[in-house]
Amino acid sequence: MSSGTPAILVRDLRKSYGEFEAVRGIDFEVAPGEVFGLLGPNGAGKTTTVEILEGYRRRSAGIVSVLGFDPGDRPRALRERVGIVLQSCGMYRHVKVREAVAYWAGMYPSARDVDEVIEIVGLTEKRDALARTLSGGQARRLDLALALIGDPELVFLDEPTTGFDPAARRAAWETIRRLQELGKTVLLTTHYLDEAQALCDRVAIVKDGRVLADGPPATLGTAASHYRVSWRDEHGELRTREESDPTPLLHQLTSGALARGEPLRDLSVSRPSLEDVYLELTAEPEPEPAEETGA
Amino acid sequence: MSASTLAWHHYRLERKMFWRNPTAAFFSFVLPLIFLVLFGAISSAENLKIIVPGIAGLSVMATTFNALANQMTFLRDAGVLKRMHGTPLPGGSYLAGVLGNAATNAGVQVGIIVFASRFAFDLGWPQNWLALVVFTVLGVACFASLGIAFSHVIPNFDAAPAYTNIVFLPMIFISGVFYDVEQVPQFLHDIANALPLVHVINGFQAAFVTGAGLDDLLSDIAVLLLWTALGVWGAIRGWRWDSRNG
Repeated sequence: MSSGTPAILVRDLRKSYGEFEAVRGIDFEVAPGEVFGLLGPNGAGKTTTVEILEGYRRRSAGIVSVLGFDPGDRPRALRERVGIVLQSCGMYRHVKVREAVAYWAGMYPSARDVDEVIEIVGLTEKRDALARTLSGGQARRLDLALALIGDPELVFLDEPTTGFDPAARRAAWETIRRLQELGKTVLLTTHYLDEAQALCDRVAIVKDGRVLADGPPATLGTAASHYRVSWRDEHGELRTREESDPTPLLHQLTSGALARGEPLRDLSVSRPSLEDVYLELTAEPEPEPAEETGA
Repeated sequence: MSASTLAWHHYRLERKMFWRNPTAAFFSFVLPLIFLVLFGAISSAENLKIIVPGIAGLSVMATTFNALANQMTFLRDAGVLKRMHGTPLPGGSYLAGVLGNAATNAGVQVGIIVFASRFAFDLGWPQNWLALVVFTVLGVACFASLGIAFSHVIPNFDAAPAYTNIVFLPMIFISGVFYDVEQVPQFLHDIANALPLVHVINGFQAAFVTGAGLDDLLSDIAVLLLWTALGVWGAIRGWRWDSRNG
């Protein structure tokens, strides 16, 4: 990660709609060339945050800088350097794929080659098809082509694979990795953990308009202090316990099993995955039934 | 790239899209011509002097007000406007391309009617070319701005045809498109006089039939300028790039 000026800087960002505060003080930074993910459930404030960075919405308070510009001013010099894939977005129905990409190319000072971009997103075979005849996944790839045609330094992807089948998701992931290889900075939002884990250098988990945790996906899981130990006890029952240091428990279990001359069955020691952290952080507070804990 | 280059760039896309959508092309081009042919076939020579300017006014309204109210509602609803808003294309260039497209359609239709009245209906060439140009331009400015303003009122694309027709149909009936406006009851006459279409038709009446000068049409011009000002105000004030609030 470069130590230079961040591509995106967000400090204490707030956005209210009337009484409702959708974003309540979000902070994060994205370094140039980094793939950064905003991860959270629906309604967490991800899209509001991204749309403020894209210049679609005005913030209520806080500092925001995108490639050194204030997106609230909507400077054209900034719009020429970013590519945007919105969450859902229509297209002229009677335009052909290649025409649309060529038309978009005409808006940018240093556009990329039209056919090359169509190739990158995998629409070469559909280049003469009308936009309205594309499948959902193909339309999404056209969105991506239009976002890439201006050769942007920074690409916003708002839920780029929502509604995709598994094969289409894998293909989209490959394309996003390709962006990373090209040195683009990417800010993506997603509510899929595996997507964040597969693609992002760093992730911020957002809920109720706040960042609950951030860091590289791998460390977000292991940063949690506890281990989960599970095993089958002498009565054949499966037990689970969470320990900050599992050593004494493991010692006790193994020596007990040895003393009884039985194998210790179904033993596992695991650290929480990003998924566990995510579920724990984003869980709705609800009255929990008195939990039965292991002996 | 200058804003005008980009406006031209967008205008060309709009033209291409227009011709590729046969239904839109049909309704805004062929339908007024069918009216012209039908009424031409059943009308006396005297009646044609009413109907030709009337159909010209109807055509200007259909290609601008109706077309833009529908089109802008679709573009907003489908998220195309939002997508355009994220590109470097200046808003003014985009709008210039959209308006240029509507103005082209209106101009072509008026041109077709000019030729039809000379060669099909034996009304001769227009008596006052200046009035023809002035009232085509004013009619386009007025109905285009009102069409965009009206699109802000239309809740969604499914409702667009109903909304535009509830304005368009009564307006063409009371404004004397198909008969002499003097024949309608006084109160409808008063309502029609407060609305813009009658004044466009008055201008075309002078242009095609009477040859009256622009100085006889000052009140028509004034009413149209007023409606244009109202339309521009409404178009700007209610403008949204997005179908949601924010």
